[in-house]
Amino acid sequence: MKQPTYETMDGNEAVARVAYRLNEVIAIYPITPSSPMGEWADQWAAEGEPNLWGTVPTVIEMQSEGGAAGAVHGALQTGALTTTFTASQGLLLMIPNMYKIAGELTPTVFHIAARSLATHALSIFGDHQDVMAARQTGWAMLSAASVQEAMDFALIAQASTLQARVPFLHFFDGFRTSHEVQKIAVVDDEVMRAMIDEEAILAHRARAMSPDRPVLRGTAQNPDVYFQGREATNPFYARCPDIVQTQMDKFAELTGRRYRLFDYVGAPNAERVVVLMGSGCETAEETVEYLVARGEKVGVLKVRLYRPFDVRRFAAALPGSVRAIAVLDRTKEPGASGEPLYLDCVNALRETGRAYVQVVGGRYGLSSKEFTPAMVKAVLDNLATRTPKNHFTVGIIDDVTHTSLEVDPSFSTEPDDVVRALFYGLGADGTVGANKNSIKIIGENTQFYAQGYFVYDSKKSGSMTVSHLRFGPRPIRSTYLVTRANFIACHQPVFLERFDMLRDAVDGGVFLLNTPYGPDEVWDHLPRTTQRRIIEKRLKFFVIDAVKVARACNMGGRINTVMQVCFFAISGVLPREQAIEAIKDSIRKTYGKKGDEIVQMNLRAVDATLEHLHEVQVPTQVTATWDLLPPVPPEAPEMVRTVLGEIIAGRGDLLPVSKLPCDGTFPTNTARWEKRNIALEVPVWDPATCIQCGKCVMVCPHGTIRAKVYDPSLLKNAPPTFKTTPARDRDWKERGWNFTIQVAVEDCTGCGLCVDVCPAKNKTQTRLKAINMAPQLPLRESERRNWAFFLSLPEVDRRELKITSIPHQQLQQPLFEFSGACAGCGETPYVKLLSQLFGDRLLVANATGCSSIYGGNLPTTPWAQNAEGRGPTWSNSLFEDNAEFGLGFRLAIDKQKEFAEELLRKLAPVVGDDLVTAILKASQRDEAGIYEQRERVAALKTKLRDLRTREARALLAVADWLVRKSVWIVGGDGWAYDIGYGGLDHVLASGHDINVLVLDTEVYSNTGGQCSKSTPRGAVAKFAASGKPIGKKDLGLMAMTYGHVYVASVAMGARDEHTLRAFLEAESYDGPSLIIAYSHCIAHGINMATGMQNQKAAVNCGQWLLYRFDPRRLAAGENPLQLDSRPPTKKVEEYLLSENRFKMLTKSKPQDARILFQMAQEDAERRYRLYEYLAARKLKPDAPAVAAGQTATTPSTTVTA
Amino acid sequence: MDLSTNYLGMQLKNPLVVSACGPLSEDIDNIRRAEDAGAAAVVLYSLFEEQLRLEMHELHHHLEHGTHSYAEALTYFPEPSQFHLGPEGYLEHIRQAKAAVDIPIIASLNGCSMGGWTEFARRIEQAGADALELNIYYIPTDMALSGAEVEQTYLDILKAVKSVVKIPVAVKLSARFSNIANMAKRLDAAGADGLVLFNRFYQPDIDLETLEVRPRVLLSTPHAMRLPLRWIAILYGRVRASLAATSGIHTAADVVKMLLVGANVTMLCSALLKHGIDHLRTVEQGLRQWLADHEYESVRQLQGSMSQIHCPDPSAYERAQYMRAITTYKVAT
Repeated sequence: MKQPTYETMDGNEAVARVAYRLNEVIAIYPITPSSPMGEWADQWAAEGEPNLWGTVPTVIEMQSEGGAAGAVHGALQTGALTTTFTASQGLLLMIPNMYKIAGELTPTVFHIAARSLATHALSIFGDHQDVMAARQTGWAMLSAASVQEAMDFALIAQASTLQARVPFLHFFDGFRTSHEVQKIAVVDDEVMRAMIDEEAILAHRARAMSPDRPVLRGTAQNPDVYFQGREATNPFYARCPDIVQTQMDKFAELTGRRYRLFDYVGAPNAERVVVLMGSGCETAEETVEYLVARGEKVGVLKVRLYRPFDVRRFAAALPGSVRAIAVLDRTKEPGASGEPLYLDCVNALRETGRAYVQVVGGRYGLSSKEFTPAMVKAVLDNLATRTPKNHFTVGIIDDVTHTSLEVDPSFSTEPDDVVRALFYGLGADGTVGANKNSIKIIGENTQFYAQGYFVYDSKKSGSMTVSHLRFGPRPIRSTYLVTRANFIACHQPVFLERFDMLRDAVDGGVFLLNTPYGPDEVWDHLPRTTQRRIIEKRLKFFVIDAVKVARACNMGGRINTVMQVCFFAISGVLPREQAIEAIKDSIRKTYGKKGDEIVQMNLRAVDATLEHLHEVQVPTQVTATWDLLPPVPPEAPEMVRTVLGEIIAGRGDLLPVSKLPCDGTFPTNTARWEKRNIALEVPVWDPATCIQCGKCVMVCPHGTIRAKVYDPSLLKNAPPTFKTTPARDRDWKERGWNFTIQVAVEDCTGCGLCVDVCPAKNKTQTRLKAINMAPQLPLRESERRNWAFFLSLPEVDRRELKITSIPHQQLQQPLFEFSGACAGCGETPYVKLLSQLFGDRLLVANATGCSSIYGGNLPTTPWAQNAEGRGPTWSNSLFEDNAEFGLGFRLAIDKQKEFAEELLRKLAPVVGDDLVTAILKASQRDEAGIYEQRERVAALKTKLRDLRTREARALLAVADWLVRKSVWIVGGDGWAYDIGYGGLDHVLASGHDINVLVLDTEVYSNTGGQCSKSTPRGAVAKFAASGKPIGKKDLGLMAMTYGHVYVASVAMGARDEHTLRAFLEAESYDGPSLIIAYSHCIAHGINMATGMQNQKAAVNCGQWLLYRFDPRRLAAGENPLQLDSRPPTKKVEEYLLSENRFKMLTKSKPQDARILFQMAQEDAERRYRLYEYLAARKLKPDAPAVAAGQTATTPSTTVTA
Repeated sequence: MDLSTNYLGMQLKNPLVVSACGPLSEDIDNIRRAEDAGAAAVVLYSLFEEQLRLEMHELHHHLEHGTHSYAEALTYFPEPSQFHLGPEGYLEHIRQAKAAVDIPIIASLNGCSMGGWTEFARRIEQAGADALELNIYYIPTDMALSGAEVEQTYLDILKAVKSVVKIPVAVKLSARFSNIANMAKRLDAAGADGLVLFNRFYQPDIDLETLEVRPRVLLSTPHAMRLPLRWIAILYGRVRASLAATSGIHTAADVVKMLLVGANVTMLCSALLKHGIDHLRTVEQGLRQWLADHEYESVRQLQGSMSQIHCPDPSAYERAQYMRAITTYKVAT
């Protein structure tokens, strides 16, 4: 056995390295947290990295996990070594194939970063709900508890499946293991070769389908034999545990790392034992060792092979002394008599004659809920009671059904010789990257073991990251967050206003603060709580103006290198000189491929840092007169204050069950309370220069720029700095009204899109526009008052607006505001427009993706309400079913409306014929019509309330559906082009009155930029690391072939009025409508402040077309297709080179780039010619007239050349 | 008729050289067409110092921007283990050009500050360039910077480049020096193998609709050649370095004039952009015709024959000529 090589990596990389080496076909699809495994595989394949047998695996992205499973099944049947990676809903979509693969005894390993399922809510975080939902498929299930085990078990699973012919799910905890960085011993090729039985591979090949030795598989069977066939696999399952143990033993001989199907750790004479699997085993082991050392008779049984469940080995692994066990399940099966692992254990003890052992079951750790030594102790303490609580929960406070165990938060097993560090950073400042780097430096330059775990924000802009790092002399098993930190760094001083981050510092620890204030002045800029903590805990306090150092080194706001140097300089993990040299080496390694310029820039920052690092002489008195800001203002509604506010403050873990809704229903209109103050600079309006065009309001992705017109008499109580100017638009001017553009500076992200699109120039200083960026802090207080006053001004009557004109339309109140989307997001301007136009009667079905995250990720939602309490109602079902989900809305609305109309007719004698007729005949084609119908329905409801009849009550419940509702199905291109396309196609074909908005970023943005079928040719994306060789799917053209579908392709940055027109036409069309909206995206590698220019450039070169296909035009004898793009005026390459997604191909594969860019030019020209041709066709003179609104039965457009 | 000339120590078949310009040399086919049309050498489009720096920063920025902020999207791009950065594309272009034609290929490096970029000269040499044209394009906007310091920068850059390559190096100069002759002499002394007179700075323009400054490229007009004409005449015979005339050379007559004052080669750009690369044939034909008509046997024979040291009236290139010009000027009536 040779000495292993140690490297630092996360669980995903550890697993992918093995899986890639041991397979030939890899079918993938992105889903958090397993996506990085597929990304690694794709990247290695793109770079020609061979597998263990010298051939480069074929990596293919499929349209869904269902598709990936199908491709895997096919590849396995045809003899290739095949794998996939997935999690959560993805695994659920694979289940049908998994039954087949197991039923056919096919060896394969699926690697699962185990994750929660979408139930009352989606969660990307880790638990075992997904794998538990697949436990009945006949797959073996091997559970890894750490990054090291994940790498080891990836190999053991592969070796075992080839021997056993039973397919394996190899799973490890999402995020806690998949994303935890650890120093591990790497499994090398030699070990892999020794473990993999080549004969078993040949046997797999020999079983494969081949016309040279034909077989029939996948038959249909009848009652006579199906059952027997099902039982025929039994011997394979019976042999499987022995095979796995044999492979584990063989692995131990090769590596020295010994595993058993059930690994027991603890006192040999233990009386109380906790049984569990996954990353919690590590914490349990750490806790048990701590307690045993203090004389407690306790132990932990770590379940490795969960299926097939080896009852005999389970019982044998438990010491005979055991009196009681607590079985912990990281899952929830409502209504079951117990969770699955618990029931397995109960049964195993009974079957092995040890039913006398008391067994209790409990749930823990759902959605990566913390699982700490204190919780393990609580579980063991529960076993020590006379009547241990069964079916308990641990880690939450359940004040509803009182399942939870009491936990002593002061209990800790953290040893003193482990460095425990916490870093609070901003996403954009590079803190996480630097910390990953520090782990590598320490892991690879010292004997220390290292661990890093990173907690991210649910917001995509201005997001806070918290890095939890540990370094110590022994392998680190603490699979929980650092709570007793001996080093805390705050990389952004603004966090001190919001978080009590020093709460977690140990006495005598170190606090490092990046601040513009020097050591002599910083004290006066700290809140009371921070000052008190520093004094009480006797912290050593250091400051550095990292921004100044970084800027001087041309690094902008990326203070990562500077802060990293500070950490090494004062933490003492490494001798200072050695640390600096190691950082410099690491910089050369990390940035070398990006050019000497980047290396030098970082090296300069290293050298410039130490002279700016100062220790602060800590005063003895707390002097601050201010303290932490409340998460939400006191006037916020109760739900916002007591629940959402607590989540904002980082205290969500402490919320008891009773505070949470029982069915996942939350109020809208809540983002307005979360004043994030994340912009360093905000737009400032210059009324003298402004032409009141509304463009800045329209493009603002975050709804923070608003315009209003109003009677100037309302300005009586205006704050002194409130800006106003006479309205220029004739309609308002005639009334003598004023106009104001107001910025919500506390909600603004500072993206700068508004400034970029502003067409007005200051006459005396042309660098200034009518809206200009200025530092936020000096404006915060005055603009907060101005915003409040602005909101108090009345909204203009929607009936008076000319909604085809942007200056008018943009006066409509947005009912989508302050989203946490990326600063400068290209999607949200469309979503906001939707909310302005139809928000007060809007139902949104939202596919999973960016829009469901910035739309519906707790704590708050940007979906808002107007003064009447009306606003969009929103829900996310799944990724794959969104079109069908939205169609369901329409069907329900139409059915209930129909029922209401039926009841109305019946009740006409009672409520009055005139009212009934007016309601039934109402035209609701414009705002006035809708307003009047609302008035009528209100009158009807008043009458109905006085009637006590069954029919009146029934009508009252459905009467609101008599007012026209607008159903929008919203999602990204991953949904519309790929996973949801089948459903989308069907819904469009259905002819029902739904509207589809595809926010087309041409990539899976939310999961980090994986290729979709919308990705254009030549773009570099994850899963298309070599540049996408195939052109973009023309979704619009496909939809047009139905003839009855309204289709529009828009790009707001190219022509905003075209976008507006398309939205209005789509909504007014009484049939299915599809709007494909080009959305620039952070995943394009562009300057987000000028994203609208990228949209324009895409249109100008013909890469993106503007068009509308309106079936109603047929009625007038017109061609339904209108090509609204002018012929391309620029070369496609010019546009391609303006976005990193294309340009980087010229740096990674220059030859391919040349070819693909040329093809992209040809694509654009061909597409333009085709659309031009189609739009120029004249209808046959005798073509049948088609009535507007005719839907499913409408014949296709009849056009002739 | 012997049209051959010597430039930077290279024997050229004629004095017609395609000057550094993207549209003329970005496409290898155009370089081939230039050779076919009679060009004696091609100066490739410039590799800009800023471009090299910017590309690195840009790539780095876009690969890092927005990363490690949000749990589902820790990065947005695959990161290959290697990038073809900086001059890779340019170097490949040199290699391709060299493979495509037999005439000398002169690479062009454009920069204005000291720094690592001068190292690229070495890689340009390794890629096979026959010579290097150093285009020092400096717009001093710092009011504290003296002319002497600016001049020193030119010399430092030249020395840095000369220290890393063996191929000849020409310096493309601006005409904006207090004493061009002195500058030329110092560059000559610092090792410049050639002086290219003059760089035509792209001057900013204003778009009256958008009120934005636009770097509009204006093609040269024939009268632009008067400035290099004068200075080549003055420098001829006084510096060791070859002299290349550029700016405003459109016709065979222009070429002849430049050769008369002492240019080793004439560089054409605007005329080729305007009339096509084949225009070189016309110019060459015109040159032959003029030489024949005036009974010259070779280009060398007329080179420098009207330079300041050889012409009948040396003051014609000096201030005296100006006095004459204004005194003989008549206001149109």
